[in-house]
Amino acid sequence: MAEQATTHATTVPDPVAAPGTAPLAPAAEPVPMFRLTGVEKVYTQKNRTVHALRSVDLTIPAGQLVAIQGSTGGGKSTLLQMLGALDRPTAGTVMLAGQETSRLGDRDLARIRARDIGFVFQHYNLIPTLTAQENVEMGLAPLGVAAGERASRAAAALASVGLEDRASHLPGELSGGQQQRVAIARALAKRPKVLLADEPTGNLDEATRDDIVGLLEGLWRAGLTIIMVTHDSAVARRAQRRLRINAGRVTEAA
Amino acid sequence: MFARYLRRELSGRRKQTAIIATAMALAIGLVIIVNSLSAGVRNAQAGALESVYGVGTDVTVTATPSPPAEGERGPRFEFGAGDGSDTGDGTTAVSQSRLATGRGSATFDAAAVGTVTAQDGVEAASGVLSLTNMTFDGELPQAGGTAGTGTAASGAEEGQAASSRAGGSFDVNSFTVMGVDGNAGSVGPLASATLQDGRTLQASDAGTYTAVLDSAYATTEELAVGDAITIADQEFEVAGIVAGSGSDAETASNAYIPLDVAQELSGSAGLVSTVYVRAASSDRISTLKDVLEAALPENTVNTQEDLASSVSGSLSTASGLVSSLGTWLSAAVLAVAFLLAILLTISGVSRRTREFGTLKAIGWRNGSIVRQVAGESLVQSLIGGAAGLLVGLAGILLVNAFSPTLTASARAQAAGPAGGPGGLAQRAGAAADVVLHAPLTPAVMLIAVGAAVAGGLLAGVLGGWRAARLRPAAALRSVA
Ligand SMILES: Nc1ncnc2c1ncn2[C@@H]1O[C@H](COP(=O)(O)OP(=O)(O)OP(=O)(O)O)[C@@H](O)[C@H]1O
Ligand SMILES: [Mg+2]
Repeated sequence: MAEQATTHATTVPDPVAAPGTAPLAPAAEPVPMFRLTGVEKVYTQKNRTVHALRSVDLTIPAGQLVAIQGSTGGGKSTLLQMLGALDRPTAGTVMLAGQETSRLGDRDLARIRARDIGFVFQHYNLIPTLTAQENVEMGLAPLGVAAGERASRAAAALASVGLEDRASHLPGELSGGQQQRVAIARALAKRPKVLLADEPTGNLDEATRDDIVGLLEGLWRAGLTIIMVTHDSAVARRAQRRLRINAGRVTEAA
Repeated sequence: MFARYLRRELSGRRKQTAIIATAMALAIGLVIIVNSLSAGVRNAQAGALESVYGVGTDVTVTATPSPPAEGERGPRFEFGAGDGSDTGDGTTAVSQSRLATGRGSATFDAAAVGTVTAQDGVEAASGVLSLTNMTFDGELPQAGGTAGTGTAASGAEEGQAASSRAGGSFDVNSFTVMGVDGNAGSVGPLASATLQDGRTLQASDAGTYTAVLDSAYATTEELAVGDAITIADQEFEVAGIVAGSGSDAETASNAYIPLDVAQELSGSAGLVSTVYVRAASSDRISTLKDVLEAALPENTVNTQEDLASSVSGSLSTASGLVSSLGTWLSAAVLAVAFLLAILLTISGVSRRTREFGTLKAIGWRNGSIVRQVAGESLVQSLIGGAAGLLVGLAGILLVNAFSPTLTASARAQAAGPAGGPGGLAQRAGAAADVVLHAPLTPAVMLIAVGAAVAGGLLAGVLGGWRAARLRPAAALRSVA
């Protein structure tokens, strides 16, 4: 049983193959998804320095749905960059599933992002000249998946977000909610360890927002670890755990 | 994925693709045309030189020009009181034909031919003597009571200088005569000429009054094989007619006679004006030039390349235009096209900061993104290159359709001081009409493809370098 839970936490959940499976009770994990110790991030620009993160200690077990809130400029996006291997901290260590990412070089970071991290952005960040299907395949390109498998996995990911009939549409031909679904499919196709989202509903109206949050909740119930930044308390309330970050300091919210 | 992304980007960003491709097309088209034209001009120059110096002449040796000595004023006619016959109307009919070295064509000791032949790297050498035959034909006023000598210095380069004075009238007619060595065979001015009729000069013609005529001259003078031509008051038998290598090209001289006869009749015993040299190996010509200069310090040694600069006329104007204006223009347009490609590629990368940041954020390696950017600009430039090839081909076809005719005159001597009475320039060289033909060579196509690849790669590498420097966190930017 413990063996099974460990396996589940460290292997990639497959929301594509098994959407909407029963929620799993998160077990106490020997290896958390993230463990941050004494993380500092200082941006230096000419003579001005910004202390974006201050001695952040944080553990996020696998399988959690975490919402991060905080005032603007508080360091939410910076924290997400540390988690998502987009950047290295100025000091401290970041462990992802037992591997320290804070000391890795650019190539290794890129490999981790390609394999383990799914990223969803506020502005969807789809490539405007590519169709939905092709945009999803872009997430598989760096993994060296063969073309045939790439196409079928992308199609399955699109189907799992309910867009199988929009595969050949360009982003400009899709609504905001549909574009964000394509972006989520792109993040899911690689079967990541964790899904990181920076304001995924920031550009959407309420109904579409609930749609997307419902989709993310479903993925979480299927076992995916999800960490999302949001300004929206209605979204944050649906998370399993809420963090606040102000002036670079992280605190647990009630 | 790479190919599909590239294709989508190019078709999705048609305007940028069109601008870069058009600029490249114009530049490369221009480069092709200029290149082809200059090849055509070079061919024309080589053709003009061939008609003057003969095929296979690598080096010529001439006398180093020096200012004409006082009193050296070209051929002179001197008529003594005993010359001519009384016409009975107070004038004296005179007809005289004289052979002399042409102005600006200095002579030197024929021993130089032996010296040249003895040098290493010389395969063949032949000396020639460039002469001008002047014919004076007409009536002079009778000397009457005044004893003495009438003198008429000829002043016209070509044709007839008709003059009439005090009841006398006369024609001065000149044509060029070249003494050639019948032994020399394959090197020299006759080597390039094609025999049209009769035979060419042979070693056995030495000492005989045998002449070979340039076909253009023979036509204007209505002379044929077997006819007689008067040179230096001697009757020469026309043994053959030759034509220049080009269809319109004249040969180096109007008439050719055996060298020894030419030397004797012009009072230039043991002298030549040019030695034609063929090198044993065509890639050691500059070495040969040095060797010959050392062996003959008193003479001027010219290679074909040196001689090319002696070609004048509209051909040389064209050559100057193509090599200066054409080269600069195509270089400038090429630079503009490259700059445009680079700027547009870089600005495209800036515009796509979030796109490339996103690709990095989802795991794309730097190398893949650089390859993408470079691939896009390379394809844009190659499209331009292909279009440029078409532009260039169209330009070449246009040039060849018009096939402008250029004149080229090359002086067989290093130019001596020009002028003198009547501006008589040495006309041992030939005036050739050369049809400019711009050839399309594989080299020209390679230049086009090479320029396109170079431009595309340059822009791509610079743009890619910029894209590589983007942080993956750029994906989180709120502005696109
Ligand atoms: N690349 C950078 N260079 C310099 N300063 C930066 C950089 N990125 C972020 N900052 C600064 O770090 C601080 C935290 O920025 P961050 O983007 O993490 O805030 P945020 O909480 O995401 O804000 P928002 O809610 O507006 O997105 C801000 O003061 C910001 O100006
Ligand atoms: Mg932010």
